[in-house]
Amino acid sequence: MALKIVKGSIDRMFDKNLQDLVRGIRNHKEDEAKYISTCIDEIKQELKQDNIAVKANAVCKLTYLQMLGYDVSWAAFNIVEVMSSSKFTYKRIGYLAASQCFHESTDVIMLTTNQIRKDLSSPNQYDTGVALTGLSCFVTPDLARDLANDIMTLMSHTKPYIRKKAVLIMYKVFLKYPESLRPAFPRLKEKLEDPDPGVQSAAVNVICELARRNPKNYLSLAPLFFKLMTSSTNNWVLIKIIKLFGALTPLEPRLGKKLIEPLTNLIHSTSAMSLLYECVNTVIAVLISLSSGMPNHSASIQLCVQKLRILIEDSDQNLKYLGLLAMSKILKTHPKSVQSHKDLILQCLDDKDESIRLRALDLLYGMVSKKNLMEIVKKLMLHVDKAEGTTYRDELLTKIIDICSQSNYQYITNFEWYISILVELTRLEGTRHGHLIASQMLDVAIRVKAIRAFAVAQMATLLDNAHLLTGNTQRNGICEVLYAAAWICGEFSEHLEDPLSTLEAMLRPKVATLPGHIQAVYVQNAAKLFATVLRGQEGAPADRTVAQETSQLLIDRLPLFVQSANLEVQERASCILQLVKYIQKLQQKDVEVAEEVTALFAGELNPVAPKAQKKVPVPEGLDLDAWINEPPSESESEDEGRKPKGKAVFAKEESKHTKPRYTEVDEKELAKRREVRKAEQANNPFYIKASPSSQKVYQDGVGVEHIPVVQIDLSVPLKVPDQYVKLEEERRQKDKADKKKKDKKKRREKGEKGRRRKGDSGPESEEDITPAHMVDITTEEMPENALPSDDDEKDPNDPHKALDIDLDKPLADSEKKLPVRTHRPDEVLRSPVDDGEGVEVVPELKKKSGKEKKDKKKDKDRKKSKEEKKKKKHKHEEGENLMGAGSEVPVQSEDSNEVAAPPPATTTNEASDLDFWLSNAPVPSNPQEAAKVSEAPSASTPEAVSGMAVVPPDSEPEEAKDTEPEDTKSSKHKKKKQKKEKEEKEKKKKKKHHHHHHHSDGAGDESVQNGNVEEEEPLPPMSNYALLAENSYIKMMCDIQGNLQDGSQVVVSVIFENKCDSFIKAMEFNVLDSLNSKLQRPEGAGPHDGLTVPFQLPPGISNEARFVFSVQSIVMPQKLKGTLTFIVKTDDSSTHEKLDFKLHFTCTSYLITTPCYSDAYAKLLESGDLKGSSLKLEGVSQPFHHLLARICFHHHFSVVERIGSCASMYSRSIQGHHVCLLVKTADQTVSIDAKCDEPGLLGNVLDEIKLTFSQC
Amino acid sequence: MIKAILIFNNHGKPRLIRFYEYFAEDLQQQIIRETFHLVSKRDDNVCNFLEGGSLIGGSDYKLIYRHYATLYFVFCVDSSESELGILDLIQVIIFFILVFVETLDKCFENVCELDLIFHMDKVHYILQEVVMGGMVLETNMNEIVGQVELQNRMEKSEGGFSAAPARAVSAVKNMNLPEMPRNINIGDINIKVPSLSPF
Repeated sequence: MALKIVKGSIDRMFDKNLQDLVRGIRNHKEDEAKYISTCIDEIKQELKQDNIAVKANAVCKLTYLQMLGYDVSWAAFNIVEVMSSSKFTYKRIGYLAASQCFHESTDVIMLTTNQIRKDLSSPNQYDTGVALTGLSCFVTPDLARDLANDIMTLMSHTKPYIRKKAVLIMYKVFLKYPESLRPAFPRLKEKLEDPDPGVQSAAVNVICELARRNPKNYLSLAPLFFKLMTSSTNNWVLIKIIKLFGALTPLEPRLGKKLIEPLTNLIHSTSAMSLLYECVNTVIAVLISLSSGMPNHSASIQLCVQKLRILIEDSDQNLKYLGLLAMSKILKTHPKSVQSHKDLILQCLDDKDESIRLRALDLLYGMVSKKNLMEIVKKLMLHVDKAEGTTYRDELLTKIIDICSQSNYQYITNFEWYISILVELTRLEGTRHGHLIASQMLDVAIRVKAIRAFAVAQMATLLDNAHLLTGNTQRNGICEVLYAAAWICGEFSEHLEDPLSTLEAMLRPKVATLPGHIQAVYVQNAAKLFATVLRGQEGAPADRTVAQETSQLLIDRLPLFVQSANLEVQERASCILQLVKYIQKLQQKDVEVAEEVTALFAGELNPVAPKAQKKVPVPEGLDLDAWINEPPSESESEDEGRKPKGKAVFAKEESKHTKPRYTEVDEKELAKRREVRKAEQANNPFYIKASPSSQKVYQDGVGVEHIPVVQIDLSVPLKVPDQYVKLEEERRQKDKADKKKKDKKKRREKGEKGRRRKGDSGPESEEDITPAHMVDITTEEMPENALPSDDDEKDPNDPHKALDIDLDKPLADSEKKLPVRTHRPDEVLRSPVDDGEGVEVVPELKKKSGKEKKDKKKDKDRKKSKEEKKKKKHKHEEGENLMGAGSEVPVQSEDSNEVAAPPPATTTNEASDLDFWLSNAPVPSNPQEAAKVSEAPSASTPEAVSGMAVVPPDSEPEEAKDTEPEDTKSSKHKKKKQKKEKEEKEKKKKKKHHHHHHHSDGAGDESVQNGNVEEEEPLPPMSNYALLAENSYIKMMCDIQGNLQDGSQVVVSVIFENKCDSFIKAMEFNVLDSLNSKLQRPEGAGPHDGLTVPFQLPPGISNEARFVFSVQSIVMPQKLKGTLTFIVKTDDSSTHEKLDFKLHFTCTSYLITTPCYSDAYAKLLESGDLKGSSLKLEGVSQPFHHLLARICFHHHFSVVERIGSCASMYSRSIQGHHVCLLVKTADQTVSIDAKCDEPGLLGNVLDEIKLTFSQC
Repeated sequence: MIKAILIFNNHGKPRLIRFYEYFAEDLQQQIIRETFHLVSKRDDNVCNFLEGGSLIGGSDYKLIYRHYATLYFVFCVDSSESELGILDLIQVIIFFILVFVETLDKCFENVCELDLIFHMDKVHYILQEVVMGGMVLETNMNEIVGQVELQNRMEKSEGGFSAAPARAVSAVKNMNLPEMPRNINIGDINIKVPSLSPF
């Protein structure tokens, strides 16, 4: 052994350490990869050695390589080895490596549970600290569940260093294991007032993080945070709290009113910019939540805007950026106060910093009005011209379009101007946003009827100059515009002044270089244009030949498109070519065809709002979910899986034969189809609603005489089309002048008309500007009786959703300790109640729990003498409770005691405190005073706004009478709190002691059932923990589970419960191995050595340990004899004790709940590899779903399908055997047909199922 | 929440990475590249905030960074963090690295890339005392200094781990290092860097 160590340290001298590795990599710049791969080989060798120092060194190097992007997951086990070293130096390396590369699917993580637990309880605070830090990075749901209790204990550690880490890591635990939130919350709250500022800050951090996601559950903490805010001097904590208030105010406007003053004071007093900025932000949030009512707001807004202006004007770019960011928040509710700083924001557009320019752009978006839109866009167009990088220019482009099109073109008064802006934008080189411009053009041209003539003229110009857009391959993005141009010219061709030349432009050979989808539109719209041209030409009888020439033009040009590689283009072109040829033939026979050709494209397209279809109300009496035809009773279910979903949306009849058998599935399928259909219709802009007036009114033919097309001077880059601005201004002037004239006529004064006078536009109010054209959305585009529904759905995958837990509800007794077990994925039919630990699943608690009643009853017993008072108190609490639920009306319920269980006083006090604090107390100048007031509402202020009564002051100390004061230095309030907490602990202990006997408590039990009556028959409580052995000192309960990861392992979880009044320590768990099953012992341990249980048990405490067994054959059940030895330590003596037990490995424990889809299940049965067996159970009186739940729960099956009183179930053994059950029930007889590829296993499983049901 | 802390040099070579959410190694490298790409093209006199890259986070996330000497210190944070607060925090971390590189080995007189690469693990340990699991653990300078010091002392009492950093010294001496600022302006906290003598 000694030699080994010496050899190891000699080895070490030649090993590379991290520094050598780094240096080596730097020296091998050319062949870095090769060098690293040799290094990895060396590391692999080092990891094989026994010397932990060598291993740690290797792991340290791996951490470095991981940073460079090398996957080091293969060394995960070695990392665990280093983590479990007893030396801090190595442990730290191990945990660092683990925190860098472990994640939820790292399988060795499950091996670390005990090691981490050991480290957490290490006497060395840095071992604990390092474990906590590491755990914070790789905590998994399993680890969180298993270690939650240990971490909770650490929250009250004597060292603040550990406390703060434990508090902080609780957030991660909550995320992974939401059930722990309620039990842990009281302690977390307590830490808000920890004497150590670091712990306090950590608690604030965690609660802020929680509250940010589900603010409403944390409103009751507002007074506490308010106190902290006014007393704390730690800027970091202040910032967090102020940010939290920002999240809370939208829920409680009264809170906002209270906050304004202290926040304003802080804004005035603080020198820290970060704090100032967050204060301003929260004041803004408050103002938003108050948005109306208080008169003093303008002062606060002015203050904010003023401070922000200072930030924006600062030379520090960071402050400038943040100032703009905050400004955009004010903008939403108080646009006027921001608009006065337009100069400043426009100035920011010139900033050299792109982030700042983008922020300024965002602000501009909200600042536009009808009055200044043109001016702002004009400025932006100048910037577009100057912008260098394409990203920023593209951003400008989208912003211009966003600004103009926002809220349904609300601010556009002149659409001619807008169209010309869009046309200008097409001159941008290399933009990616061609399609955006195109969709705007289409949108405006379709929806603003009055603009069509103008739009068509502009588009015709565009088409004519198409070569300028397509000349450069770099400009590819912009040619999308031609798509819109061609379509507009074709669809609204009646507005074209010279359709023939446009037609010619559309058929130029160059067009063939455009992308396929654009060519397709060109071809189709060429046909539309052709129809228009024909109509015009036939109107003038002299031009027969001209008409024929037009046909010839198409016949000449279309073959180019017929040859297109794009199918769509090809198909359309050849169709139209043949059509034109036919028309030409008719023309040669002097037949009038124009009317018929035009009829091809008759009908006007009406715009339809995107959500129109969704908003059509369902007529009364129509059930969309009902079958049109009865579903056939029989069908082949196998087909269902293969059927492509969503394809047969409208073809219900066709899918009739493949309809699935069960209505459950049908409904899902139907819902899916409906979704698909809705989505399809919503996305289809051309989904036309039926309209009685859909016939197009033909206009008289437009002459062919040549009208000069407006040529836009393309050599001048991006000229803002001033003529429209001028025109618009003139129009406005005229409007105004007209108005004035009317007014002035009365006074017989002369009105000025038609002249531009800049001074006049100043006082002009918004309402005075009437838009030239209306956008018709709400009137025409929506169906009649449209339902106003905008349902936004939350992301179902958000982990924070699970943390939306009501924390104000008092903890039920069962909840006061953390649930310990459940180490398998939730099963479909799992019982909601798990009586092994007397634990209730959290959602259950939202109902009025019977346990609460029990609580109350106990209270009553204890305080029989104070019955009167108590009743009164309960009544008042009841009233408050209802009030807390949102109503301001005091509810007087005479027999509230019978109706619902009033929660214990502590939490209601808080709820009432909040109301009281918010509604009644004036903001005192001294914050401490405020806190005091909120703590102890005295009898002299009996009537709050809501008419609440007041808690008798002696009720609280009453509860805490049997505890002794602990911390004399702390405030009175804190003492109380501690007392309460202490008492809770006491109760918890008591409960723990008795929790296995809960069900014998008759009254409590009854009320549980009463509480559940309205529910569907509840499942009976179930547990897999069976009594293993028991004596007067200790009780062992155990559960045996197969190991998912390893086919030859079984995990035995044992709960040790200390039943005596003494300390139990040095527990050693040992089992006599059989040939087939062996207890896994750590390396180096002999085959008969026992395993040390990694914890000690104080009196009345229980804890769980896991032991891994390796199993070879799983066909037969097994029994193993074992012994637990332990030391019972009393004050004066300690004795060695032992307890024998027999571990029973049933075949069931080798099964693992595995979900199985029905099609896979059917295939499995069809395969014929499985051998059958069956079982009949007589006299089973429990409901079928109970029966299934039992099989699922106790025997690890999952339900594949259930139809009526028949269900198919599936499970898999750890070695991969499939076990299938078909369970049928009729008249208290249950028959189980089973199939499995291992008959021995199956027989034993069936026997065990039988046993389960014979026991109940 | 802080989602990631990245330290890389002017060439985008990672010097320390710490993700508080799991990303596979290749994705981590991609994020580093993307972040480097975003950050490196920015001038030194523009603001230190960037709307997040597409790979990490999304709209709720921001990149907050500082360019110090040849290194970029980048924090990816969500909206629950105060932007200016995080900037200060980065300053604090730079400060600690300065101090600790000094205490680790008296031969180093300035923070530079080399110190970081040769003592990546040590820098991680410092960072762990400031940020834990994506949340800020401690902002009190003295507290952090004390804890890191104590842990290092413990390591020394166990016999130490890293041998012969002296060899690295010669490498440093041969490097051409840029002029270091003597005085970091740590926003609200205002710390003067202890006087470090130039080479």
